[in-house]
Amino acid sequence: MTAGRKINRRAILQSGGAVALGALAAPGILRAQNGPIVLGHLTPRTGFLGPLGDYAVMGVDLAVEHINADGGINGRELQVLKEDSVNPQTASTKAERMIERDEVAAITGEISSSSTLAIGQVAERTKTLFVNTGGNSDTLRGSDCKRHMFHVETQNAMYLNGEGFYFLNNNLVDGKRWYLPTADYAFGHDLLNGAKAFLARNNGEIVGDDLVATDATDFSAIMLKIRSAQPDVVALNLAGTQITGFLKQYGEFGLDFPIGGFGFDTQSAWAAGPENFKGTWPSVWNHLIDNEESQAFTKAFVDKYGMPPENQAWSDYTALKIMAKAMTDVGGTDTAALIEYLEGGAKFDLMKNRQGYFNPSNHQLLQEVYAITALPESEVENQWDIFTTSGPVIGEDQPLEILIKDAVGGTCSFDA
Amino acid sequence: MQTALFLSQLLNGLLDGFYYLLIALGLSLIFSLGGIVNLAHGAFFAVGAYMAIVLTPYLGFFGAVIVGPLVVAAMGIVVERLLFARFYRIDPLYSLLLTFGLAMVLEQSMRWIFGSAPLAYSIPDALRGQIFMGEFIYSRYRLFTIAVAIIAIGLLWLLLNRTAFGRIVRAGIQNPDILGTLGISLRPYLSAVAAIGIGLAGLAGILMAPIQPVHPAMGAEVLVAAFVVVVIGGLGSFWGVVLAAILVGLVKGFMAAIDLTSWSLASIYLLMFIVLLVRPRGLMGERILRFE
Repeated sequence: MTAGRKINRRAILQSGGAVALGALAAPGILRAQNGPIVLGHLTPRTGFLGPLGDYAVMGVDLAVEHINADGGINGRELQVLKEDSVNPQTASTKAERMIERDEVAAITGEISSSSTLAIGQVAERTKTLFVNTGGNSDTLRGSDCKRHMFHVETQNAMYLNGEGFYFLNNNLVDGKRWYLPTADYAFGHDLLNGAKAFLARNNGEIVGDDLVATDATDFSAIMLKIRSAQPDVVALNLAGTQITGFLKQYGEFGLDFPIGGFGFDTQSAWAAGPENFKGTWPSVWNHLIDNEESQAFTKAFVDKYGMPPENQAWSDYTALKIMAKAMTDVGGTDTAALIEYLEGGAKFDLMKNRQGYFNPSNHQLLQEVYAITALPESEVENQWDIFTTSGPVIGEDQPLEILIKDAVGGTCSFDA
Repeated sequence: MQTALFLSQLLNGLLDGFYYLLIALGLSLIFSLGGIVNLAHGAFFAVGAYMAIVLTPYLGFFGAVIVGPLVVAAMGIVVERLLFARFYRIDPLYSLLLTFGLAMVLEQSMRWIFGSAPLAYSIPDALRGQIFMGEFIYSRYRLFTIAVAIIAIGLLWLLLNRTAFGRIVRAGIQNPDILGTLGISLRPYLSAVAAIGIGLAGLAGILMAPIQPVHPAMGAEVLVAAFVVVVIGGLGSFWGVVLAAILVGLVKGFMAAIDLTSWSLASIYLLMFIVLLVRPRGLMGERILRFE
């Protein structure tokens, strides 16, 4: 009897304690299950890529609005912490702080290939998912690839192949002389290597490949060299505001060799203006793509911001939509489960004819790309619609994989 | 053909120097008289570029070239009276912090008002086209900007060397205290010099708007280059800054001429390094007692 009473009392105390502990712990557990999902977003807001970063942030804000209006992620609200990534060092520090202090579920964003690598290294070390929305360098999908890094942004090879089809179809490669002004950092070097390989394969000749500092604003010396070299094609491996400055001065010096490039953002066309924008350029997405989803997105963007979306806004918007879908389908934010899901061939709507999916061997989102061509100045009706867009550059029967064929930048191994 | 290209690049570099000169002269003048290192000079250059965009619809391009610098100069007077005036007599480090902050405030304000995406702005029809001289080709618009720069610099030289205003400014640079004992207040001259210096940066911004992307951070590169010119030329020397701008332009042009275009920006820092080693006061820097 005595023993039984003792046991009973202990049992009552223990269960009481368990109930009390449970009551204390419950709000925390409830919060974790029903509270917001917080993601980190890093992108340059200053420097020569800063203007693109602003479009990225506009895309993020619109995506958060749309995702939460549709009920969030499994009923949980989506929140995004946004910061200026500035440069690779700062990007790395901020990524670490977001992961360790703010405990973000994943990181997205970036434009600079160098900063993308810096964030990718932090993501790999801390086993956090990072979805790149703007770094194009092939090396990031090659020798610098990371198990925890995925790429919504097209890689250089996709632009090269896409734009390459255009040049080949117009007889501008075989036996032709090319001039390649190149941005002097990871993205430009990588693109130049790709362009050299493309020209070598197709019997094109390089007559100039000047490296241009990212903060250079005067291209007059290069204009004089181009005029002297008399190339058949001028193809830019430049980025950000460099392209705008180059196009303005190309017109200023009256050069009219066919011009194009292997990297492009529609902002560069808008900033150059209809008088200066010329040539044919690759495009991951643009606001003139003629399908219902693209036009609905463009309308929502115009309603919110009073201007059409730039392709960088599309990229950051799309990345968040992909992450929201992945987290909904996986039923949470577990990194290993998300990686398995993304590597498993899940398909995503990208406002394009075909759905896209991640290539499991380098984590690149395979998707259609387009080419845009400048309108003659006399046909331009407003400051935004200063070009026309092609349909997808590869035919419906061709696999998306051909776009990443012949990528430079080494081989990806996730075990390294 | 190769010789022609070589000479073209040298000449192009030389002409480039005038554009640095426009900004460097104002920077040098403000520092020489008030001891303020104006890190916001590049931001005023960007303000000038935006002035071109804002004023052109009302005044046309040529109207903007005349009125724009005056508006930027007026901003210079406000900044001088409200901010610079409190920093003349204290450690220059504080004015560095002040103008660094001012540069950020100006840049963010432009971002707030105009957005950070570059705005389109083109060469006016009357100045489009090129001029050919044998093998040499040059942009008609750039020749116009150089003409405007030479006129502005010429007027500034006349003002500093042929007027009573200039005599007082030059005396103020050497010894403000003696000027005070003579019963001459330097105050209005400090305001005027800030207005001229900042107005020149504005003028450079307006002239560059048609050929560079116009965005809030566009002043960063030009500010650094202008500093290099001032340091090479030497403080307080009008002709020192002119000589340095020509030298910087020529060195940049030479690097392009020998096919090392990617080295052209780095070469001007190398030039500064050498000049500072050999002549720390700059090529024609005057000995200013206050700064010794």
